[in-house]
Amino acid sequence: MNIAATSAVEERAPVTDAAGQPILAVKNIEVIYDQVILVLRGVSLNVPKGRIIALLGGNGAGKSTTLKSISTMLASERGKVTKGSIEFDGERTDQLTPNDMVNNGMVQVMEGRMCFGHLTVEENLIAGAYTRSLSRSQMREALDQVYHYFPRLKERRSSLAGYTSGGEQQMTAIGRAMMATPKMLLLDEPSMGLAPQIVAEIFEIVRDLNQKEGVSILLAEQNTSVALKYADFGYILESGRIVMDGPAKALAENKDVKEFYLGMSSEGRESFRNRKSYRRRKRWI
Amino acid sequence: MADLLFFLEVLIGGLLAGVMYSLIALGFVLIYKASSVFNFAQGAMVFFAVLSFVGFMELGIPFWAALPVTVVLMIFVGMATERMVLRPLVNQSEETLLMATIGLAFVLEGMAQFLWGVEVRRLDLGIPDVPMAWLADTTGIFVSVFDVVAGVVAAIMVIALALLFSKTKVGLGLRAVADGHAAAMSIGIPLKQIWMLVWATAGIVALVAGMLWGARNGVQFALVWLALKALPVLIIGGFTSVPGVIIAGLIVGASEKLAEVYIGPYFGGGIELWSPYVLAVIFLMFRPEGLFGEKHIRRV
Repeated sequence: MNIAATSAVEERAPVTDAAGQPILAVKNIEVIYDQVILVLRGVSLNVPKGRIIALLGGNGAGKSTTLKSISTMLASERGKVTKGSIEFDGERTDQLTPNDMVNNGMVQVMEGRMCFGHLTVEENLIAGAYTRSLSRSQMREALDQVYHYFPRLKERRSSLAGYTSGGEQQMTAIGRAMMATPKMLLLDEPSMGLAPQIVAEIFEIVRDLNQKEGVSILLAEQNTSVALKYADFGYILESGRIVMDGPAKALAENKDVKEFYLGMSSEGRESFRNRKSYRRRKRWI
Repeated sequence: MADLLFFLEVLIGGLLAGVMYSLIALGFVLIYKASSVFNFAQGAMVFFAVLSFVGFMELGIPFWAALPVTVVLMIFVGMATERMVLRPLVNQSEETLLMATIGLAFVLEGMAQFLWGVEVRRLDLGIPDVPMAWLADTTGIFVSVFDVVAGVVAAIMVIALALLFSKTKVGLGLRAVADGHAAAMSIGIPLKQIWMLVWATAGIVALVAGMLWGARNGVQFALVWLALKALPVLIIGGFTSVPGVIIAGLIVGASEKLAEVYIGPYFGGGIELWSPYVLAVIFLMFRPEGLFGEKHIRRV
């Protein structure tokens, strides 16, 4: 295909659409907070088994809300899915609690890391296996596996998570989620507030987890270029609606995406003076 | 020599009284660890628990049957609190939870008096409040049997709870929940069960504390204000530390009795009532997290 075809992701069968044995199917959901604030207006998306799907969009587009509806964490923030349905692994999630979701194999890594600051890194990881009953040796094994992917955590295992760096906290959060042996991870802005080098390190590990452990991943990101580099397929969310979707590569080359999300365009930067309308033409799926 | 004996007697009396303070403070620590909230209702729980216990005995239920019945009642109160107060307030701010516990305190105080009446009751645990004879004979120090029994009971509860927090899976879940509700939920820790367990345990601790204090001072509404006695203990020991409240309880008990005897005369007596608070204020100035409390971690 092209010169970048050496990368492992592109060696796999190209994803042309996100259909076909989805592990997660979100169908036309509407979400309302506090009974008055309409946040999502008919969002649909599919995550096929074993893929990395990116959910892109700016601040307040509804990325986190989408993830929280999927993980059923929404109820604790007074939000409600009022229309549409979410199916995870063939089962409707309406009546499930976050605890059930973890038991069914889905863990959300929340925005802003949210490590247990007063617990050590290792205790954070052990807490991640709360839903499993492991013997001492099985726990050791599970920990070693996480340390294998995150060697840095092994070094910091006995320091309080609150005193580790932002990157290490993000790793702790992802490692903690992996302790539950999930089939699917929801990652909410893993790049937030991190140096580009650390972001790359974390995304490499995420790709590793996806390929070696077969974990499906739904990734909400503002950092469009990084997300599209690692994802197979992407959705773009704008004010609570999906306005565009497509294979990651196609999105990365799309003129509008380039201009609005990647900050570049073929004719150099366009001046706003020359634009008749600031609203972009919307494309519904 | 007589001076030294007298000093020892005051000191031991103070330490044993301190253990009783620790017992009250323990209930606060439990709830604080799991919900990061100062439970204003702890005093009310003590009152509710022991008044119910005495109430059951008045109904003709024997001592050893009334005890498990009251324990079950306190577990039920813990479950009801989780269902009706905590669950609707998940992810709300700590201030909101604090206000909710104040409300809970009024409900429990009202319920207790509605169910069992308002008169002061006597509670006889069958432990004599007299000096231990052999100790008095051999050393000349007078220490009450009751105080010693109370100290032993408190010590057992403390050790059990310390093990619960540090060694068990539930203990880890509990500390995780205290650190952040949302994060704990996201990895599948069942908040419901953890909270139910903690509030039920706090209820049982309240029952034990209420029985010991009630036997000494009478079962009456004033038990509610015991919570205030726990405050300096919590500030000195740290809100999150089980061993901390024990040491702090001993410090408070010993210092207030010693202060009363040795410094009191200069102030015309009665300083026992406020000297622990002075100590607490000094701690707040120099070590606000207490002796063993968790330092606040803030990334800058």
